[in-house]
Parts: sequence; C-alpha cells; structure tokens
Amino acid sequence: MRAGRAVDVVVVGAGHNGLAMSHELAQRALEHVVLERGEVANSWRTERWDGLRLLTPNWMCRLPGYAYHGDDPDGYMSAGEVVNFVSGYAARMSAPVVTHTAVTRVAPHGDGYQVSTSRGDWLCRAVVLAGGAFNKPVVPRVAAGLPRGVQQVSAQAYRNPAQLGAGAVLVVGASATGVQLAQDILRSGRRVTLAVGEHVRLPRVYRGRDIQWWMLATGVLDQRIDEIDDPERARRVPSPQLVGTPERCTLDLNALRAQGAELVGRLTALRDGKALFSGSLRNVCTLADLKMNRLLDAIDQWIARHAPTGEVGAAERHAPTDVGRSPRLQLELGADIRTVVWATGSRPDHSWLDVPVFDRKGALAHDRGVADAPGLYVLGLPFLRRRKSSFMHGAEDDVRELGTHLAAYLDRTAQPRWAGLAA
Amino acid sequence: MSSAQASSADNGVNVAALLDARAALTASPEGARFKWRASSEWLHGTHSRASVNSFFGLGAEQQHRQTFRYESDHPELFAASDNGATPVEFVLVGLAGCLTAGVAAVAQHRKIQLKSVKATLEASMDLQGILGIDDNVRNGFDGIKVHYEIDADATSEQIAALVAQSQKRSAVFDIVTNPTDVTVTARKA
Repeated sequence: MRAGRAVDVVVVGAGHNGLAMSHELAQRALEHVVLERGEVANSWRTERWDGLRLLTPNWMCRLPGYAYHGDDPDGYMSAGEVVNFVSGYAARMSAPVVTHTAVTRVAPHGDGYQVSTSRGDWLCRAVVLAGGAFNKPVVPRVAAGLPRGVQQVSAQAYRNPAQLGAGAVLVVGASATGVQLAQDILRSGRRVTLAVGEHVRLPRVYRGRDIQWWMLATGVLDQRIDEIDDPERARRVPSPQLVGTPERCTLDLNALRAQGAELVGRLTALRDGKALFSGSLRNVCTLADLKMNRLLDAIDQWIARHAPTGEVGAAERHAPTDVGRSPRLQLELGADIRTVVWATGSRPDHSWLDVPVFDRKGALAHDRGVADAPGLYVLGLPFLRRRKSSFMHGAEDDVRELGTHLAAYLDRTAQPRWAGLAA
Repeated sequence: MSSAQASSADNGVNVAALLDARAALTASPEGARFKWRASSEWLHGTHSRASVNSFFGLGAEQQHRQTFRYESDHPELFAASDNGATPVEFVLVGLAGCLTAGVAAVAQHRKIQLKSVKATLEASMDLQGILGIDDNVRNGFDGIKVHYEIDADATSEQIAALVAQSQKRSAVFDIVTNPTDVTVTARKA
C-alpha cells in the first residue's frame, strides 16, 4: 500500500464548519489539514440558486474569532457574500486548506484512518466530517414515474426560472427552499402549484425584531438535543418558511397564495398521467399555525418577564393559513404541470466513508457529532448538538465541545515517545 | 403553558404501554408489520354480513377477544331493505373511531383530562358518479367534514392541537386522504 502523508487530524470540507473546526484545532496547536474538493465555501459557489440569501441576519453571522463587521447588520447575505465572508475567514486565520482535493475514501488504518483523495493519500488519527448536510437532494420515489416530457429539477440544480421550460410548474415541498423557489418562479410569470406537507411557519419580523432575534434571546436556538423529548423527530423538522430580503418580508403560504400560487397537499402518487395530492393539506397548515402561535406565545411571555431594552412592537397574531375552498387533489402531468421542482430536502454525502458507522436507514450513527467509530466526528447536521447546529453561528459552540472531545481522544491514544524503546 | 392542565389525567389510555411498544418496535421493525383482516358474505340484495376476528402483528397470529359482526345494506330509498349501515357510512365510523382514539391517546400523553369528546361527521357525494351518469364525477366522497365538541381541562388552542395531532397520526385519516394500492381477485368457488 502506498504510504500517505501523516497528520493528526483531517477535516473534510472547507465550508464554515470545517474552517471553524480548523480554528479550534489551531487554538489547541493540533496538527491538521482541511481537504476541500473545490474552493473554500464550495457549495455556496456551486450548489445554490441565484437569488438565495441566508435565513439569518448579518449581525448573527459569526464564526470562532470572526464576526460580521459590515454596514448592514439587519440584512441577509447573498450566496456570493457568504463565499466572501467564509473565504475572508479562511484567509484571516491562514487555515491549512488543500483545495481541489476530493476525498474518495476514508477507511480505518491501524489506530487511525487512511484518507484517499484525488491527489494522494493522508494518514491520520482523527477525521472530522464537515461537508455539510445539504450535499445530495432527497427526491421521493415517485420521481422515477414522471413521464419523460415533464422536466425535473432538484433545488440543488435550480439556479433561476430561465432554466425551466415554458408552462406551469409544480414545486414539491414547502420548507424555506420550496417557498422561495415557488416565489422565484411565480415572478417569471409561470403558473405555480406548491405541494405542501408538514412545514414550519414563521413571520420574518415579530414585534419589530427579526424572528431569529427572539429565538436567540429566548434560548430556543441554544436548546440542546439532549433536552428534547424526541431527538430523532427534532432533527427531521424542516427548515422554517423564511426568506432573507431587504424588505424583511414574510413568505408564508398566505403570502404565496396572494402572489398567485395554488396550494395542494403533499404529493403522494403518480397515476394514469396524473399527480395525486394528499387531502391532509388543511391539517398540516393547522399544525403549523398552532406551532407558530405557541412560539409567539412563548416570546410574548418572555418579553413580559424580561422587558428587553429598546423598542418592542405590539403583540400580534397572523391570519390562519387559507388553503382555498377546495384544494385540488390531482393535476394532469403535461397539461397542468410541465416542470417539477423537487424541494424535498437533502442529506449529507458520506458515500466515500468506508467505516461501519451507518444505521439501518443508511444515516451516519453518532452521538451529538461523535461518530460510532473512535476518532471520527461530524459537524453541521441539523440539531447535531443544538437547534442552531446547522446555522453558521451554531458552529462555534459545537466545534469547541467536539474539539475538547477530539483533543482528549488524541491524548488518550497517543503513543508515548519512548514506546518503541520498551521492545 | 396553560395552568388548566391536570397534574395527572386518566383517559383510560395506557400511554406507558404505547411508548414501550414504540421503543420495542423501533428496535425490531419486523414486529411492526401488521395485517388487518375482515371477511364478508353476501346474504340477499345489497345486504352483506362482515366479520372481524384475527389479525397478524408482533410476528404472530393474533385474535380479538371475540368475533365482531357488522351488517351492511343500503337504505330503502335505494329500493333496498336497510338491514345495516351503508358501506360508505362504515368509512365514517372508522374515521371517527380512529381520530377519537387518537385524541384520547394524545390527551393522555399531554396530561389533559378529557370530560367528553363528541364527533359528528358528514361526507358529501354526488350519485351521478356511481350511477354512471357523468364520468367526471367520482364514485366516492367529494369531501368529508368532521366536527369535534370536546370538554376537557385545556385551552381552546390545546384542544385544537389534540385534534390536529390525532389527524397527523391517524391510520384511517391517512387511508382516506392518500391513495392506496388495492388488489381485488376472484375465483369460481
């Protein structure tokens, strides 16, 4: 076997998570390298639609030892601005990033791992998976049954409406991505139907402040996974219906309907040239309305107890979601739908991980980022350790704690320098 | 949250057993695969008698405490003899039973004491479908309306949340709101 370069820790992925971990390891003087398949912040360069902005305001964007210092704290970074922000971070701390190096395999090797890449191998004692949670589109099985005449685009491949053929569009999925793509496509003048399953409804601004301000202040974002009744379910909660715009608009289903979108239930099947939708639309909307109101109630109670400084607007409640008188249960493929846009979620790509750490559903088994294999860690997954784990500002606490775990692991398994002498 | 919640509620649902079952079936998913059965025999006209006794689950054949029998027929205005509920009404009975069981279980889990739970259901249907008058009209319901009147130690929002959560976890609600693959075979006896 070809010997590789040796290093204590290999971090896979130079996005904000990998770089935050690099910062943490550097603070602890742990020797490491950050392997990146493309450039720093690669997904933000190559896998995002043109109009995307962060869901968190600029003032919240911070990484260990680095914060937003621009002149628009209440704005939301575009994908290009995220690239600049993250690249600036990498440059500022001189992170040991090796770009254009795609990891092709990670496998156990001795007491550590062998990391094979498109540009040679590395041997290391610990591996941190920081490739992000959004690499691979999750597309429902029914997609395979779409007739060839219907164009299909995943949210990861979507850039702008010009990419789509003429005619009506079905957007499947009503999380942050689905509602934003639905609006983007509506503005091109196309007819848009949005298939809505369980979702999370939030107003962009509540009582004069960004909803994220309240969620941070009230401790919701800092909530730990071990404080949650059903952690598996909490990790599956879709991203909230939010969009970052200069006008700080709310983009819920009522807003989309007012802009001309038609709402239907979850896409359940394709049959006889028709797409069939669930009759559960009213209930998923009721669930989301009730959940939003519970959050707003909790914020109101927090305000009453803590009386935060600065101006606070009046309490308000939003109109219940109006799905229309009788939502359609089926649409003709081809006639009513020329294009399907899948905004049905994503998953991390760990296909190159040759370590037995996967559960029966094929997901990486881990305890709050500590994988089920010694010296293997994962970052940036939804609710990994805290509700904020998949947000940029969530990296700081996670890398500090996982860095502590990793350093202790390296200490514990270190070969004393004199180990060879005893033989 | 509301101060109206009872510190301990008893709706007669053994939530601990349900949670134990959830944990056990997460660990051994093959035990979660159930088969539900009914058998039916034609009597006369549109009158049939169905019975329910065995089912399969937890990896083994199971039985109800007794065999349950149900008469189905059609009303006299269809020139039938009205010996039992119309089959479409059994669908409403099933939906009510399932949603209400869910309300009780969720309330128990949330420590909400129920005092009364009453549901009324109404399904609309255009007979031009089953009579073949208009191909654009479906045979089945064109909509179902369920209304609950619930008296409980809870706020209106908590009651709304009970009913919403019950729908989210209801088998019959799923069966009537989503397509199901149905295979019907026949053989000369």
